[in-house]
Amino acid sequence: MDLGQLFTNVLNEMTGPTAIAYALAAIGLNIHFGLTGLINMGQAGFMLLGAYGFAITTIEGGPLWLAFLVAVAAAVVFALLLGLPTLKLRGDYLAIVTIAAAEIVRMIGRSTALTELTGGSEGLTGNSFKHTFQDASPFPDDRWTLGPLTLATNTSNSWWLRIVGWAVVALACLFVWRLIRSPWGRVLKGIREDEDAVRALGKNVYSYKLQALVLGGVFGALGGIVFVLASSVQADSLGRPVTFNTWTILLLGGAATVLGPVLGSLLFWGALIFVRGLLRGVVPDGSLTVQQIEQVGWVLVGITLMLLIVFRPQGILGDKKELAINAR
Amino acid sequence: MPVDMPVQDVVEQARRGLASVEHVPGSAKPDALLVADGVRRSFGGVNAVDVEHLEVQRHVITALIGPNGAGKTTFFNLMTGFDKPDAGRWVFDGRTLGGVSASRVAKAGMVRTFQLTKALARMTVLENMRLGAREQPGENLFAALVKPLWAPREREITDKAMQLLERFKLDTKKDDFAGSLSGGQRKLLEMARALMSDPQLVMLDEPMAGVNPALTQSLLGHITDLRDSGTTVLFVEHDMHMVRHISDWVVVMAQGQVVAEGPPADVMADQAVIDAYLGAHHDTDLGDDALLDEGGAIDAEAEAEADAEIEEKP
Repeated sequence: MDLGQLFTNVLNEMTGPTAIAYALAAIGLNIHFGLTGLINMGQAGFMLLGAYGFAITTIEGGPLWLAFLVAVAAAVVFALLLGLPTLKLRGDYLAIVTIAAAEIVRMIGRSTALTELTGGSEGLTGNSFKHTFQDASPFPDDRWTLGPLTLATNTSNSWWLRIVGWAVVALACLFVWRLIRSPWGRVLKGIREDEDAVRALGKNVYSYKLQALVLGGVFGALGGIVFVLASSVQADSLGRPVTFNTWTILLLGGAATVLGPVLGSLLFWGALIFVRGLLRGVVPDGSLTVQQIEQVGWVLVGITLMLLIVFRPQGILGDKKELAINAR
Repeated sequence: MPVDMPVQDVVEQARRGLASVEHVPGSAKPDALLVADGVRRSFGGVNAVDVEHLEVQRHVITALIGPNGAGKTTFFNLMTGFDKPDAGRWVFDGRTLGGVSASRVAKAGMVRTFQLTKALARMTVLENMRLGAREQPGENLFAALVKPLWAPREREITDKAMQLLERFKLDTKKDDFAGSLSGGQRKLLEMARALMSDPQLVMLDEPMAGVNPALTQSLLGHITDLRDSGTTVLFVEHDMHMVRHISDWVVVMAQGQVVAEGPPADVMADQAVIDAYLGAHHDTDLGDDALLDEGGAIDAEAEAEADAEIEEKP
């Protein structure tokens, strides 16, 4: 087994667009759950809408900034549609509505009626919408090597996408850091603890929950854009498992922390690739097929995460004291 | 009333004003802060609240008493926007508040606490306090991103929070999570937090429930301090000693209606109120071991009552 190659693969995945996309989605989910206590089970829906918004606008000839704007606007409208009727009700309803709505977005996206717009279940090929982003790159078309990684400068899974992606993640963390420590973040935490108490102190709880839902959804949409800029828009690649992975990443890193979602995403994807690579090297030939190894990788990651949640429920960066106090 | 009158004179005048008020349900007060008219709320077929008319005098402590299920807490919920009435209107400080959301009621200056204390457990004591303050520019999403826009106000409210915490002897706990406080301390915190917004009327729902006797005295002190600093207090309580001790006016509710009103001594002397709502032994200390003895005070009284009933029957 080539350990060097294994670690290169792990590093490649940890810094890659998938990790970036999930980090952004988890940052959004952190605003929903970690800060406000909203249970959004449809973060993949926000990502998919962002992806469609970006890709379709570009295909229709819109410039890069407009494509971003449309993606963000789609997430805002989606959040308002979900939030306006449900946020006055108990938290469970939002969970039900979001998981259903995300599935609706996916079904509509892959329906044959909209094939002209969304490409149906085939989706939209990457080359049809990546050009505006790649043209915005200041780098020459080339392949560059940094340490063990060799990547194209501009196309698909490129240095350019990684640089922009991580810059967006850094900005998002800064943004969340500022908000968590502001009076606005304080109201959200109050809502997470007890809405009625916050209402009794004269805060419009409904409006704050709506703001949190919209803001977190926008980060989901940004994650969706990064996700598809490395591959293609395909409705089924942003389905329910994406939402559940995002939740795992958030809880792994530590909800209600600034860097938790980012650390969670790095570790999640790093561990997954590491386990798969290790199994491929260790398991004797012929006993497991490549597909089976892939599945076993998921199983092992799942078990690891379960153990982590059992023995360290606050996540890696979470505050044990904050979680230990559960008295209402 | 002159505006520049010292607070203690204002309070004294308000309390004296009550002397001329008739002791009947729904009597008019000389300076009413809260006036409720025809407030009705039914759950299924039960009339939980059916208040014809009720006025709450400004600058005094009014107690709302009555047996369990009398509708006291429901009345609180209605007044503060946490529940919607089937009918009725009420005016708070000249503003009609019927159908107004809970947050707006609080903004109007009527702030409540809860029977089951709602301390925000996973926030520090100081953060709990800061949350109570009004007019915080940093509570706007966009302003929150630019610290200079809200930092001055944050300093103001932190100073105010520390003063209040000192008054309630919680200042040493300021960085502890509210969830780590004792039940009594949480009650204090909830009361202090309500005061962060300088409310005109504080509505306390059973402030003494679950508080140990040592803390009761200081809680009572805090409530009278509230009145003496110009805040009107309306509270629900079962502890009759406390009601008698600190309230200036008592309103008795039963089956959703106001059945009696008056100064504490008069209301508690009212035979109808005693029998129906306080119980015949409201005055005896049930913690007194002597009562447990066979033939103690309670037994003697009970026997006397039983005899009297037998005598009345023929």
